[in-house]
Amino acid sequence: MSLPHAVRTEQRGQRLAALFLLGCLLFNYPLLQLFARDGTLFGIPLLYCYVFGAWAALIGLMALVVERHERE
Amino acid sequence: MARHILIAEDDTNILISIEFLLSNAGYRVTTADNGARAWSALQTQVCDLVVLDVMLPVIDGLELCRRIRAADNLNATKILMLSARGRDSEIATGLELGADAYMTKPFGTREFLESVARLLEPA
Amino acid sequence: MLTGGIIVVASFAYVGLLFAIAAYGDKRADAGRSLIANPYIYALSLAVYCTSWTFYGSVGRAATSGIGFLPIYLGPTLMAALWWFLLLKMIRISKANRITSIADFVASRYGKSQLLGGLVTIIAVIGIIPYIALQLKAISTSFSIILHYPGVAMPEKLGTQLFIGDNTFYIAMMLAAFTILFGTRHLDVTERHEGLVAAIAFESVVKLVAFIAVGLFVTYGMYNGFTDIFQRARENPQLHALMAEGGESGSYTSWASLTLLSMFAILFLPRQFQIAVVENVDERHLNKAIWLFPLYLLAINIFVLPIALGGLLHFPAGGVDADTFMLTLPIAEKQIWIAGLAFIGGLSAATGMVIVETIALSTMVCNDLVMPVLLRLRWLRLTERRDLSRLLLGIRRGAIVGILTLGYIYFYLAGEAYALVSIGLISFSAVAQFAPAIIGGMFWKGGNRLGAICGLSAGFLIWLYTLLLPSFAKSGWLPITFLSHGLGGMELLKPQQLFGLQGLDEISHCLFWSLFANIGLYITVSLLRRPDASEHGQAALFVDAYRQSPEAGSRFWRGSASINDLLALLGRFLGPARAHEALAEYAQQRHVQSMESIPADADTVHHAESLLAGAIGNASARVMIASVVEEEPLDIDEVMHIIDEASQVLAYSRQLEHQSRELEAATNDLRSANLRLQELDRLKDDFISTVTHELRTPLTSIRAFTEILRDNPKLPDAQRENFLGIVIRESERLTRLINQVLDLSKIESGNTAWQSIQFDMRDVIHESAAAVGQLFRDSGVTLTLELPDDAPEIVADRDRVMQVMMNLLSNAAKFCASGEGRVVVKLTHEAQALRVDAIDNGVGISVEDQAVIFDKFRQVGDTLTEKPKGSGLGLAISRQIIEHLGGRLWVTSQPGAGATFSFTLSLLAADVRPA
Repeated sequence: MSLPHAVRTEQRGQRLAALFLLGCLLFNYPLLQLFARDGTLFGIPLLYCYVFGAWAALIGLMALVVERHERE
Repeated sequence: MARHILIAEDDTNILISIEFLLSNAGYRVTTADNGARAWSALQTQVCDLVVLDVMLPVIDGLELCRRIRAADNLNATKILMLSARGRDSEIATGLELGADAYMTKPFGTREFLESVARLLEPA
Repeated sequence: MLTGGIIVVASFAYVGLLFAIAAYGDKRADAGRSLIANPYIYALSLAVYCTSWTFYGSVGRAATSGIGFLPIYLGPTLMAALWWFLLLKMIRISKANRITSIADFVASRYGKSQLLGGLVTIIAVIGIIPYIALQLKAISTSFSIILHYPGVAMPEKLGTQLFIGDNTFYIAMMLAAFTILFGTRHLDVTERHEGLVAAIAFESVVKLVAFIAVGLFVTYGMYNGFTDIFQRARENPQLHALMAEGGESGSYTSWASLTLLSMFAILFLPRQFQIAVVENVDERHLNKAIWLFPLYLLAINIFVLPIALGGLLHFPAGGVDADTFMLTLPIAEKQIWIAGLAFIGGLSAATGMVIVETIALSTMVCNDLVMPVLLRLRWLRLTERRDLSRLLLGIRRGAIVGILTLGYIYFYLAGEAYALVSIGLISFSAVAQFAPAIIGGMFWKGGNRLGAICGLSAGFLIWLYTLLLPSFAKSGWLPITFLSHGLGGMELLKPQQLFGLQGLDEISHCLFWSLFANIGLYITVSLLRRPDASEHGQAALFVDAYRQSPEAGSRFWRGSASINDLLALLGRFLGPARAHEALAEYAQQRHVQSMESIPADADTVHHAESLLAGAIGNASARVMIASVVEEEPLDIDEVMHIIDEASQVLAYSRQLEHQSRELEAATNDLRSANLRLQELDRLKDDFISTVTHELRTPLTSIRAFTEILRDNPKLPDAQRENFLGIVIRESERLTRLINQVLDLSKIESGNTAWQSIQFDMRDVIHESAAAVGQLFRDSGVTLTLELPDDAPEIVADRDRVMQVMMNLLSNAAKFCASGEGRVVVKLTHEAQALRVDAIDNGVGISVEDQAVIFDKFRQVGDTLTEKPKGSGLGLAISRQIIEHLGGRLWVTSQPGAGATFSFTLSLLAADVRPA
């Protein structure tokens, strides 16, 4: 099941590049504008929730991509 | 007085034919079938004309021609060269060496006799 | 009561702790058990990115623009995903080329240009000075504040006295001392400071712990958790706005610019390059760092907004500077330990940044600015000095002091006008100018030196004009009209609305114009001008870094050097002991016995150059090496072809060799063929003239006699008969001759048909004997046949064999003396052949004649006495026939004892030549 190292390396690079683009989308104005409204989630402002939540999720995905590769 | 002609020719038949022609024409004829004999004949007799075949055994015709012309006492002797090869180079060489006339075989008998007569005219 | 003394002691104690950690780390590194060979340590050390700006300034920014403090941390998160492409390559390239600083990187890429190295150094120093000033401000402010414990008081206007009376100056000098201690104890060829990295990782932990401690305290100690703070903030209309969007800095472009700027900053800040690239121990550590570092950033920022809101709630508006909330909040609540921890955290953040940044900058100043200039001043005769390592260290220490002094001066001049964050962004904008040259340099081979110089200069100048000078104007050191009305009153040159571009905040505005000019000029000038040989080589090394072997750099160099010279040179800069060590190690690598036997080739010189580059930078190292070795300069085409050279040229020259040999052989063949042709031509001429002669001779007789017969009708009969006989005989002779010539010609040219018949040789001999019988009787020669009782039949051309027999027999008859002549014909069966001998007892043939008797037209006989008979072609024809039939024809004779003509015919069909 394990692919050759070079292929996996390339895969990892591609996935990271994809995450970069995702991050650009998430943290730029169109989406931010969406959440910059009045409202709370469990009492915490929506924007705050969104930013930190998305941030954490992105980090999590990056960790996944990198660590999976390492383990293989 | 009849002219004396020496014939130097190695082919017997040709020799006979020339001998006949000249004798018939009233000349005194001596024959030689090789160069050495021809040369010794020249030394011992006075010849007015030599009919000289280029291809002669022992001493060949061109050498003989050279000797005749080199010899002072043979200045008056005319030379008529005969050749079967007909190469221009040979003709030129012969004339250079001092032959007075040149004929290629086969020759016409009339032309031959005319040449001889012309050569023997008083200069 | 906190007195100044206690605070100072605490500070020193903390720095002492850091120093101890660093020393321990160095010791472990020397012992080979590196403390920092650990991806977690690497990731933590990267957090040197978070300075007192993060510690204090984020809260300050959040208090005015809500979420607007965050892009500075989102940017690096995004860039972390791209580290895979950018940072990894930078690390690979730097390791391969022994690059020790960011100026070295740029200089090295563009043909080891000292000019470019110097330019980058200047930009870096000028750009970072505000940032250092920022740290100084933070330290001195926090010092002042905590001094007032338990009261909360804003520090008096700082920077009122220059130098001596100013605490900040002492702080700066203390920092200089610490930096010198941390970073310039010795010169390392790799510029690695393992101990320093350990200390930085430690202080990253301290920062985080301190921040989270304050955060927890404010959120749960002072209030009742996140929801409580946010709830209360919503009730305040002002604060409400903060939670939704940013304040005046919440515009789209501002957010985007800040994100982009921080993306560049995480790569190109000198301290980041130092920690992430130069200090990197193992490429694989990068993997963990890709997500650990953003995680750290997330963690340290979670409490920023709560703290800001808490501070705003607690202190009436405007009373306390939001930048100080980290300290003033615990102080206000009389939490001395937390305040103390916060102070240490802030101190840690500031000192960490200053030390690393200043070390990085001093390395650049020494290697890329001062040394190149000094090397050019011949009167210093630097190349002849014994030991330059002390000089280098001295230059670095001086640079450290100088930089911190400049930082202090900036702080004095412009520190008041700005909030911390804004000062920091000025520095970010400066280092962003490195982006085109570096990123372009790593991926585009077409980027060349002139392009980089133009781009960098233009970007820097615009930065200067649109950001740095205005900062002085805003502090009152330059006329404010400069800002409001442009240089010399020209509206279009308004520094923060250049060419009329309005609506952008100053950072975005600067970013736009500077990058526009930078990238534009970099690309345009690079495209207009072809790179030279060294640029090409270096470009390939950088762009194709993943495909290169470590020592690939030596391929683009050609020359010779002596090991002793190299050793002496290295000793001068690294110290004799280290130089020895390094070369001994290299000798091991090359598998040679000792240092003396290291071959002085391109690889060795390249290695020495890299070692030297570690101490004085690539550009200066090149100059020094050049003074010691003899280099053969490569031109651009040679560099281009080095890779393909070997195989192509070899193949081509082998081809040429082969072709010229063939040509020679052909010429020789032609020459010999020509000679043969000339010979044949001559022979042909001879043959023709001989044939002509032979033909004309009988013709002469025929013509003469026929004319005589015509002109002399009265000829006696006997004579007439004679003459006619001659004519007839000569005609026959002529005919015979013509036939023989034709026959021979046909046989020789292969134009005749050969028949293969099986026959008995004895029959042929009998027949030919009968045919020449008359001739023998006429000559009076006896003919005897000795034939065996049985003989094998033979396959050959019967008629031709007969022709040969007749020829031999008639020859034999001619050469025998009349009356006594005896000819014997013998037939014998030899191995695989039949042999026929014709033996006569005639006069014999001399040896010379034996050699030529078979030649054309050759007739043998005593030329004095005998006229030769025959045409001379008979034997020639016979030989041709016998040889064609695969046999041999020869003569044996003793003069006076007769002659024997013999021939053999093979019984094997294979020996017969095809018809």
